[in-house]
Amino acid sequence: MVAHFLKLKLTLLGNTLRRSVWQTIGLCVALLYALFVVVGLVFTAIVGGGMDLLLTGQVITLAGAITVLCWWVIPVFVFGVDQTLDPQRFTTFAIPRRTLVAGLALSGVISVPGLATTLAAGGTAFAWWREPWLIPVALLGAVLGIALCVVGSRAVTTVLAPLLESRRYREVVAVAAIVPLVLIGPAIGWASQEIGAVSHETNGGSVTADGSLLAAVLARFGELAAWTPFGAPWSLPVAVHDGAWGVALARFLVAVGTLALLWLIWSRSLARALVTPPAGGGKGSKSKGLGWFGRFPATPVGAVAARCTTYWIRDPRYAAGISIIFLMPVILWLPTRSSGNAELLLLAAPVVSWVLAFSVSNDIGYDYTAFALHVATGTSGRADRWGRALPVLTFGSGVVVIVALLTLALAGRWDLTVPLLGVCLGLLGLTLGVSSAVSATLVYPVAKPGESPLKSPQGAALATMLSQFLAMAVVMLLALPLLGVGVWALVSGSVLAGWLTLAVGLAEGSLLLVAGIRVGARSFDRRAPELLQEVQSFP
Amino acid sequence: MTHQTGPGTEAPVGGAAVTPSNTVAPVPTPPPDPGAALSLRGLWKRFGQKIAVRALDLDVPVGSFYGLVGPNGAGKTTTLSMATGLLRPDAGTVHVRGTDLWAHPVEAKATLGILPDGVRLFDRLTGLQLVTYAGLLRGMDRDTVADRARSLLAAMDLAADANTYVVDYSAGMTKKIALASAMIHAPRALVLDEPFEAVDPVSAANIRDILADYVTGGGTVIVSSHVMDLVQRMCDHVAIVGAGQVLAAGTVDQVRGDQTLEDRFVDLVGGRTRAEGLEWLRTS
Repeated sequence: MVAHFLKLKLTLLGNTLRRSVWQTIGLCVALLYALFVVVGLVFTAIVGGGMDLLLTGQVITLAGAITVLCWWVIPVFVFGVDQTLDPQRFTTFAIPRRTLVAGLALSGVISVPGLATTLAAGGTAFAWWREPWLIPVALLGAVLGIALCVVGSRAVTTVLAPLLESRRYREVVAVAAIVPLVLIGPAIGWASQEIGAVSHETNGGSVTADGSLLAAVLARFGELAAWTPFGAPWSLPVAVHDGAWGVALARFLVAVGTLALLWLIWSRSLARALVTPPAGGGKGSKSKGLGWFGRFPATPVGAVAARCTTYWIRDPRYAAGISIIFLMPVILWLPTRSSGNAELLLLAAPVVSWVLAFSVSNDIGYDYTAFALHVATGTSGRADRWGRALPVLTFGSGVVVIVALLTLALAGRWDLTVPLLGVCLGLLGLTLGVSSAVSATLVYPVAKPGESPLKSPQGAALATMLSQFLAMAVVMLLALPLLGVGVWALVSGSVLAGWLTLAVGLAEGSLLLVAGIRVGARSFDRRAPELLQEVQSFP
Repeated sequence: MTHQTGPGTEAPVGGAAVTPSNTVAPVPTPPPDPGAALSLRGLWKRFGQKIAVRALDLDVPVGSFYGLVGPNGAGKTTTLSMATGLLRPDAGTVHVRGTDLWAHPVEAKATLGILPDGVRLFDRLTGLQLVTYAGLLRGMDRDTVADRARSLLAAMDLAADANTYVVDYSAGMTKKIALASAMIHAPRALVLDEPFEAVDPVSAANIRDILADYVTGGGTVIVSSHVMDLVQRMCDHVAIVGAGQVLAAGTVDQVRGDQTLEDRFVDLVGGRTRAEGLEWLRTS
């Protein structure tokens, strides 16, 4: 039965590749890249194992712990879990839950990151070639580690899924993401204390060789990570090597216990998910009257703008763009506290304006087939483009100005108000222009309306990355003059340069916004049915 | 404007009757009927290896209630998508009362109301907002939109759910709200792809009445369906589509002769099999 899951996953992967040459190329590139990294890691580990066995063991523990942590955390915030085998699809098959969980867990390994982790974990076990009897121990640890990666990531996303599918997602992500970020401050303090202690010890112990400090620091953190569920499985061979059997057993129990707990959590929440099919966000909730449709002008442009505004507020998939507004200042504020370099904080507003304007660069992809309404009604490219751009322009510039003023106040650099506003507004306009042009030309699959933002459509990663990369490169290129003047104003502190930045920003921003929308509108008028067809062909 | 991919690039296989020119029709096919509500000539569409629609001609007279029937995969949805400007044909023309739809999409689409099948709606809007959105996109003024939206919702029996989000609607309610969105601009012709799918019998009867009134008032309705009974009762014209071509078209009486429409359909389309070899399915 479990074998069926593996076969199904491979078949689905094969069929995706048969559908599209680009996905095949994408997968090959990803595999090659992963292979390159894995070979490098394994090689380093084996060489390291020949030089300093224990240190290598500690480093592997640390790296392993970070890997597990990434597996758990990244899907929540960035990519989402590959839902090729969505458990929801197996509801009607009466598969015992235990089999289902086992099958899903094993098939989770079959993916580029899964294979890469497996190969790297297996390969680094051979770092112990000097003491071959430790290799089986290391391999056991590797198996446990991989299991923790896969089961942990599934457990985390399955538990969080009902939460994240709701329209509270935005707030939840914003809050949840702030917690680890807030911890960064104390963590850095703690880490520097540890490093200080270590450097004291190493100096006291008269170890003076270059790199010994780094080695000691790594060993210290490796030792600490070994007691966390993340690092425990990878540290087994170290403990066994030291002959500390009790420690080895304890770490083994930490790893196995965590795994069992995760398995139980996943299995439970999966059982719950299977009997509660996904419901639309805000079930049963109502909205009075016309909402934004009553506030925007009664024109096609106003209608599209009203609809987009409603979606910005109600559609969790736009949450990333909104949560960044809150996150950016916090992320930048924390390091400035310890380093005292307050100017770093001033980056927040430009980044926010860029992210906000860039998040509409695949707007038609987000519409999915609902876009058919625009084609059916013969909506003009002008109305479609301006309507989508206006909410970002109006609300966006308001938000950006607020963030800019806030960060200026925190940094105490009111003298930079004019150039900062110039950079922010210019960046907002020109990025919005590029987004408007790009989104009428390139569409790529994203999580569909109503689906969890945690689901990433299979095989979409490369297309997404390529088109985003292209658009970003264009934005960067176009922003060069503005950023140049802005940096000059920042460095020289000259008032003239400041006002020049504002002038350049407003001019370039509005010019490129209008030009981008023109280009996008023309492309839209020419290709709207083709865009619809592309959207309809999304997997 | 490259609104037409000529057969030179996307050569339709075996399409001897199709000439590269769109203005001069080949000898056997008459030119597009400028008086027809919808006039399709030599439509082709290919998806990869599969030819979904091959050299399809169809005329829908003004004021008719036209049924388009065919088995699954016959090309009904593809045809209707091409006829309404949602899908660009590889070759062929579509005329809406004499206006070339693919040459002048804005003018032609303004007179059409479209209910596509298998597409989503902007379901984070409430029912009222969605219908309003459709009206405003058509460039109507706010008061007219508000008036018509209210009466359409009442006619569709959705007045109580006007402020509920469409995502929380049932399948039948979703169909009805989509239909309301297609009618808000008082189109001269309605093209409805599977309008009765998942709609309960009472609502279906209400919708039928609305459509019948609309036809009496001079409108034209084109519906696709695979419920023969419904088409026979509701429509005055019918076209049977199979394998991307029109197999028979005309008034319902012309097409069915002295048979029922269903028998005639099965005769034309074929593929009826006796359920043999399923003895194991018997439970007693």
